[in-house]
Amino acid sequence: MEQGPGGAAAGPGGAGLLLPLSDAEQQRYSELFSLCCSPAPEGGSAPAPAAGGSKVGDLFRASQLPADTLHQITELCGAKRVGYFGPAQFYVALKLIAAAQSGLPIRIESIKSELPLPRFMALKNDNEMRYGNAAEIHGVKFQIPHATLEKNSFKRADEGDKKQETKSPPVSPMCSPPASPSNYQRILLNYGYGKSRSGLEQQHGVPYEARHSTNLQDGPATGNYGSKSALVHSSLSRSLSVEREPQDSSNYPDDPWRITEEQREYYINQFKSLQPDLNSFISGSVAKNFFTKSKLPIPELSHIWELSDVDCDGALTLPEFCAAFHLIVARKNGYPLPDTLPETLLPDYLQPASLKPKRDCALLDSYSESLPVSQQTRDFNRTEVRKLPEDYSYIKEFTLVDHLAIHTYLWNFLVGYLFLSLPFVHLTVSLIVQESNTLKARPRSRSYSSTSIEDAMKKGEEPPTPPPRPQKAHSRASSLDLNKIFQQNTQAVKSGWLPPPPALPPRPFVSQTEQVSEIELQPQMNRAPSQTEGSSPTRKEILLTQPPSKPIRRKFRSENQMLENQELTPTSSMTSSLPAVKPHLPAQKQSSKQKRAIQTAIRKNKEANAVLARLNSELQQQLKEVHKERIALETQLEQLRPVTVL
Amino acid sequence: MAVCIAVIAKENYPLYIQSITTENELKFHYTVHTSLDVVDEKISAMGKALVDQRELYLGLLYPTEDYKVYGYVTNSKVKFVMVADSSNTALRDNEIHSMFQKLHNSYIDVMCNPFYNPGDCIHSRAFDNMLTSMMMQVC
Repeated sequence: MEQGPGGAAAGPGGAGLLLPLSDAEQQRYSELFSLCCSPAPEGGSAPAPAAGGSKVGDLFRASQLPADTLHQITELCGAKRVGYFGPAQFYVALKLIAAAQSGLPIRIESIKSELPLPRFMALKNDNEMRYGNAAEIHGVKFQIPHATLEKNSFKRADEGDKKQETKSPPVSPMCSPPASPSNYQRILLNYGYGKSRSGLEQQHGVPYEARHSTNLQDGPATGNYGSKSALVHSSLSRSLSVEREPQDSSNYPDDPWRITEEQREYYINQFKSLQPDLNSFISGSVAKNFFTKSKLPIPELSHIWELSDVDCDGALTLPEFCAAFHLIVARKNGYPLPDTLPETLLPDYLQPASLKPKRDCALLDSYSESLPVSQQTRDFNRTEVRKLPEDYSYIKEFTLVDHLAIHTYLWNFLVGYLFLSLPFVHLTVSLIVQESNTLKARPRSRSYSSTSIEDAMKKGEEPPTPPPRPQKAHSRASSLDLNKIFQQNTQAVKSGWLPPPPALPPRPFVSQTEQVSEIELQPQMNRAPSQTEGSSPTRKEILLTQPPSKPIRRKFRSENQMLENQELTPTSSMTSSLPAVKPHLPAQKQSSKQKRAIQTAIRKNKEANAVLARLNSELQQQLKEVHKERIALETQLEQLRPVTVL
Repeated sequence: MAVCIAVIAKENYPLYIQSITTENELKFHYTVHTSLDVVDEKISAMGKALVDQRELYLGLLYPTEDYKVYGYVTNSKVKFVMVADSSNTALRDNEIHSMFQKLHNSYIDVMCNPFYNPGDCIHSRAFDNMLTSMMMQVC
């Protein structure tokens, strides 16, 4: 058989035509062929097992072509002539189907050109597989039809037999497996290509399982179904073939436990609002406050937490947070909570179809280290989380495939304002609940050696607050800053003196920059050398340009005075430097000085604004208190009045 | 074979009790309750030493003709009591030890849940499952 990347001859006994097949097509066709093949090859032809006629028929019908077209194709491909669907005939047939689906007439000539892959049964993704296109999105799309068909093969083919085929061809050295996930689909392409290269006769479902196995490093024989199914879950587009037998409900497009792209972005934004660093985690108390806003009962929230915090460290990383959020949304929409975390919600490192199997091993190793439990899981979180963005991009690619109508209508099916707080608004989830046991497969190995476990226990057996984390102040739920300001300001008000604002860097003409207008700056700048004289006129100007409210003015003035007092000495030093500056190129320097002055003025104004804002908030607080007192007094009056009247 | 596992709070009230059989459950509850005295006795006996030196695993608290009672104390004075069937002589001490450690781990997981207030009864499904599996597996 040909070895060139672009070609493969049609099998023996076939139509005798040289069919140029791209790698993608090769892979796909071989997969389809194996799909249709029963383990016991029909016709008993050892070198070229034939596809079972019924299965082929089903497949062809799945292509949604009219029946007569299919008949035509069958005739053309030569199956009718030879009486069975050998690989050659099958391939030709597939190519004809592709042609037909692209709208080309059913002719032998039409399949000589490159065509998109044949589509089977409402596979929404556009099978524009061109070999040269190594873009990941194509890889994804390519993989998805694989996945759909391989799901078929699950039920149809005899999986055990497929696994270790005696005829499994030697893996060509071409499928060198680089490990990075970005090349993952490429690998698949190469993989399949390499296998199919070795001849159509020998090719016998180089097990799809192997091909789709996440163990890129391994040989073809080590596919594991569990991983593949999960991979399918994660990679599957929502457009699934109805033809597929109902296997796991998670395959269905209306899987409620799959996070759509929009949802994931929403969750990520919410995460950011709680914790700006996406690689870090949200502490338990913060998350508790946040999720409590969802108004779900506490036991349910507790259960959701249990499900989503897979490493049980009392904090949520981004995937854990997304999973928890998703579960909450699902619950809000009425779905019963699962007993174990659905696979699709597992963080990537724990999904059986993790695309980085090496990482799994590494994680297991890290787990088995005898670290204190909390630290261990924390480190684990960190190491895992660091790799997260890649996986996220991965998932995004997977979910970038076209959405089915189901999801659009789900988005329309808004659930109003679920909670008072905005975060949980209008997220919807689709119908079916899936049970999965992947959580049990979680590699939770705490070291059971006594010494380390005692240390772990001691560290872990704390009162419920999670072990102290480096970032303590990432909670945004309570505006700590404002609280501090209130406290500060209330104290200051009581003492009649505002606390000094945060240390302003010494600037020239600080006092002048307290004002609003820049115009005043310049004359004052000119007055700079005489700072001491300048201070009093500037002070007056400050007083003149006070913000309107009187009490504020008083305090502001005092603040200004303080500022001025603070800054006088530094400014005097600055002003001494200024005259030195001035003689140098006065014209240019003046303009740059003006610019600098303007910038400093802007900065000062901003600071003044901040100060004023604080003052405002503090005064409003006072206003509220005064209101309360007034109301209390009025009620007292009301109570007393009838007595006095009587 | 563990027929009953109980988690007792520091103040000696039960946080969680699960028995493998539904009949005679009261008997096990009573057994656990009376074994608390023994637990306290063992704790106080070791209590002079530093907490680090105090062994978490208390070992066999007392045997009866039908079953044996094992105890385990955590650092926060939460006690685990396990009632095991005497007929199963294959149970070695270290097996019980490892079971307690697993129990402890699960308990820590429950504690890590911010929605769990210490001192509440434990309603965690994961915890339930773990305990059930432990009781079943040893059978």
